[in-house]
Amino acid sequence: MQILKSVVGRKVFMAITGQCMVLFAVVHMLGNSSIFIGPDGINAYAKHLHDLGPLVWIFRAGLFAFVAIHICYGIQLTLENNAANPTAYAVKKQLKATFASTTMIWTGLLIALFVIFHILHFTARVTPGVVQGVDALGRYDVFTMVVSAFKNGGIAFVYVVAMCALFFHLSHGIQSFFQTMGWNTDRTQCTISTIGKAVAFILLAGYAVIPISILASALIK
Amino acid sequence: MSDHNTMNLTLHVWRQKGPNAPGKLETYEAKNVSPDMSFLEMIDEVNEDLIKKGVEPIAFDHDCREGICGMCSQVINGVPHGGQDRTTVCQLHMRTFKDGDNIFIEPWRAKAFPIVKDLVVDRSALDTIIQAGGYTSCHTGGVADGNTILIPKPEADYAMDAAECIGCGACVAGCPNGSAMLFTSAKVSQLAVLPQGKVEAATRVNAMTEALQQCGFGNCSNHYECQAACPKGINVKFIAKLNREYLKAVFE
Repeated sequence: MQILKSVVGRKVFMAITGQCMVLFAVVHMLGNSSIFIGPDGINAYAKHLHDLGPLVWIFRAGLFAFVAIHICYGIQLTLENNAANPTAYAVKKQLKATFASTTMIWTGLLIALFVIFHILHFTARVTPGVVQGVDALGRYDVFTMVVSAFKNGGIAFVYVVAMCALFFHLSHGIQSFFQTMGWNTDRTQCTISTIGKAVAFILLAGYAVIPISILASALIK
Repeated sequence: MSDHNTMNLTLHVWRQKGPNAPGKLETYEAKNVSPDMSFLEMIDEVNEDLIKKGVEPIAFDHDCREGICGMCSQVINGVPHGGQDRTTVCQLHMRTFKDGDNIFIEPWRAKAFPIVKDLVVDRSALDTIIQAGGYTSCHTGGVADGNTILIPKPEADYAMDAAECIGCGACVAGCPNGSAMLFTSAKVSQLAVLPQGKVEAATRVNAMTEALQQCGFGNCSNHYECQAACPKGINVKFIAKLNREYLKAVFE
């Protein structure tokens, strides 16, 4: 399979897997915002998801495969790029590259570490101090679990920092997808770049508002 | 030449005796530099001084000195070809500098461009990429009639924009990944839109990207630093076009 080794082919895999994860992130954010409806919102949402049974596991396996491809190629390409540019200039000015574009590997690895923590925290619920219980309707009480977790400033901080990393990663990654798929022209480039950054910001705001608002209300009380 | 017009500059130049010798930045004074000189003329003068002092002159690449051959190759104060937009080193004039300026002059830096001496690098890797597919195969023989093959104006313009690449390698020098994707994409795009080049478009994009990889260039990660560094303003839309051509070739 030539495409798995090609300079362009591997980029295409990076782009497609990355963009699928962006779609997941959007859906996940919309699902999370059901917490603002109250216990009835997010507990019912979580129950719906878990009632899907085997579908959940098929989805998780697919997502895991995408994450694995994205990370493996990301590390491989970064190592190759560093090897292709072994000597640093004494003086080097960045003309067009951004903080986001030059730190993709680090923001990416930060997000990967966060995802591991997040799964242990809210999915496997094995980290210390997770409040577990059921609500009045016998559903798993996600609302109380999340609210009690984010009253802890340290945990809220970790979540917000990770979402900032996600913002930087996507502010380069989303527009990069269109370039890699060959759907960019000099006329669309500026618009696509703006839309990419806007989507990245909406995801940052949509995710970070949950820990921030919970922590803020806990501090005010 | 009146004194108030001239300037004195401090140059920090990369000196390296040979490909495997260790190199370092050496400091030289450039005195009484006229603002009307080109950057290369300024180095010529500095070299005259060095020769008089018995110091080995600074080796650098140059040829046409009118911005079209793609030989000059210096990273000046951290920017390939210096800070002036769409300008090669030879066309960069000293009036863009101020009296007392410190100027850092370094060679193109990339694994695929080994240093030959001082500021001279070996850019034959770019030739290897062109040899892999940057041409059209055609029958030789009598000259074909002009306009035998009609090419719509937009396509002709697009191909000409891509053909502006002078193959200097500034895109590689500027790229944080040491990638020659802009260079490769300019040739792939130029030929892919022309009727003579369309025939071999699929084999060309595969062969040229493979050559790029084998020459030790890095991968493109869409920093777009190349477009900003390019003295001819080659647009990164050509990289998108290369990606499109590659995907088309996969499904063909």
